[in-house]
Amino acid sequence: MNTQAPTTRPTPSTTSVSSEIRARQSSLFHDIVTVAGRALRAVPKDLEAVIPPMLIAFFFFVVNVATLQPLTEGNLAGFDYTAFQMATAILLGVTGVSRAPAVVLDVQDGYMDRLLLTPVRRTAILLGHMVADMAVAAALTVPILALGFALGVRFESGPLGAVMFIVIAACWSLAFSGFGYAIALKTGNPAAVQSSFLLFFPFLFLTSSYVPRSELTGWLDTVAGLNPVTYILDGLRSLTLVGWEWDELATTALAIGLVAAVSMTLCFSALRSRVARG
Amino acid sequence: MTTTTTTDRSPTADRSDAGSAAIEARGLGRAFADNDAVEGLDLRIGSGEIYGFLGPNGAGKSTTVRMLCTLLAPSSGSATVAGFDIASRPDLVRLHIGAALQEAALDPVQTGDELLRLQGRLYGLDRKQVDQRLRDLAELIDLGDALHRPIKTYSGGMRRRLDLAASLVHNPDVLFLDEPTTGLDPVSRASVWDEVRRLNERLGMTIFLTTQYLEEADALADRVGIINAGRLVAEGTPEELKRRVGDDLIVARVGGSLVSAREALDGVNGIHRVDEVHDELVIETANGAATIGPVAIALGHAGVDIHDLTLRTTTLDDVFLELTGNRITHHDLDDEPDTDHHEHATTTTEAAR
Repeated sequence: MNTQAPTTRPTPSTTSVSSEIRARQSSLFHDIVTVAGRALRAVPKDLEAVIPPMLIAFFFFVVNVATLQPLTEGNLAGFDYTAFQMATAILLGVTGVSRAPAVVLDVQDGYMDRLLLTPVRRTAILLGHMVADMAVAAALTVPILALGFALGVRFESGPLGAVMFIVIAACWSLAFSGFGYAIALKTGNPAAVQSSFLLFFPFLFLTSSYVPRSELTGWLDTVAGLNPVTYILDGLRSLTLVGWEWDELATTALAIGLVAAVSMTLCFSALRSRVARG
Repeated sequence: MTTTTTTDRSPTADRSDAGSAAIEARGLGRAFADNDAVEGLDLRIGSGEIYGFLGPNGAGKSTTVRMLCTLLAPSSGSATVAGFDIASRPDLVRLHIGAALQEAALDPVQTGDELLRLQGRLYGLDRKQVDQRLRDLAELIDLGDALHRPIKTYSGGMRRRLDLAASLVHNPDVLFLDEPTTGLDPVSRASVWDEVRRLNERLGMTIFLTTQYLEEADALADRVGIINAGRLVAEGTPEELKRRVGDDLIVARVGGSLVSAREALDGVNGIHRVDEVHDELVIETANGAATIGPVAIALGHAGVDIHDLTLRTTTLDDVFLELTGNRITHHDLDDEPDTDHHEHATTTTEAAR
């Protein structure tokens, strides 16, 4: 068998100017921004991924206030149930909003291979999508807040409290989105990713989403005490109902951090498996 | 946006001493469970060479490409691409290669323009450089206004051209093309061939081209490697490979007795061998152009009724048949819109000559 390489060809004499343009390794920040930019540009083309969660949040916000406000405010003097429910509506709106289904499609369309052929850092592929998710979650929070304002909610913590409210919602969205990405990368199945939102249901209902923790009794109170969503709701509500309660906010941050630690471990492990070349 | 590290394109400590080889593999292999998809592959492909990797479906072509492109880790052996080891420095390999894989790897939601610009950014190009590269590639892309439409509206040929352009945005040193013309109409196929030649001749780009099309390997490749069942069975220039099989062929379709026609050729110089195949005489000769005249005269003088007398050179298909006992079939190709490919298709297994 002839395994000799032929003589190297002479250097071309008509090399165009653009032949000087060559690939360069970019910074991690550049990679993340590039991937996030692509994910954000896809959002307007994929509105069915973001509009329904917002409508669901609107629906439950209005209906819950209409049905439970007289009951709760009648029993708890000075209690603002609309402000109380806004936190629940926000979590309903932003939980599970992620570009994880798009990642599945990238795998199925082969576009993930195209990404993996580039020098982009593998972690940036995931982090870029997550940054985009946080931006989308923050944007989704705004109309729900506007509805709350229209229904008479006021922030005891002031305008900065509203900003903190949005930040907490976005951070929670990021923490929870890790589960969606883990499922996306592990299964490559869009239906499995869509159903990851079901994971949130026990978290949302086995907590103080509808009545204050003080009104919960028995096993439900015990479960709510173990449920991180309880502390996220507490933090959000403290901003509207009480003011700057730093202890509450620290507990909220801890709860989000715990969920994020679990979900990120799962999704980055799934990413390693997906890009493993074995 | 800042890019931090500019990769030195001169030899570095990470770069192996592979001489002028753009691709070098030693005992490269990949097994899936108990199946050896590629086994003991040795390659040395010079810088600036077009190397055709020829084989039927399932021969191991795409597995080889995926290993060399760092998408798949080898089970055994080693390889360098652009001077960098594919196992220890895949990041540096990726900076120097482009690849258009067998299935066009595109995001159907993006427009062609968005995809190419994103591709440029992923390779660290700034806006001006991306603009320049899009202008350079405009002729190849040839999408007109469709460049600004979602990719999901593109035809197969448009997707192929865009995929090829995406692999070229960053001006790679080594380009991998995995069956780049499968599914293309003849015009698009010719355009891809022209672009491959242009890239190689103008920019000195090394091109590793897998194909099932014998005429494609013959037309484009400086050297051809034939892979069958995961093993490289032959390698050389197309002419060298054809010479391994033998001579030019003169095919005479005659009426009447083949035996008497064959006897009429006894005195003709330059004939190496005559076979009777159905109603034809297949005459092997070193120089078909010089021999076909005397053959016609000899048959005419003997009163043989000549229906057809054709001269053809040995093809790579003959080489493949000689080496593997099979002809390459195109039956497993995807839905090809053109019939041109099927005209070249040969059916089923045939016994080796």
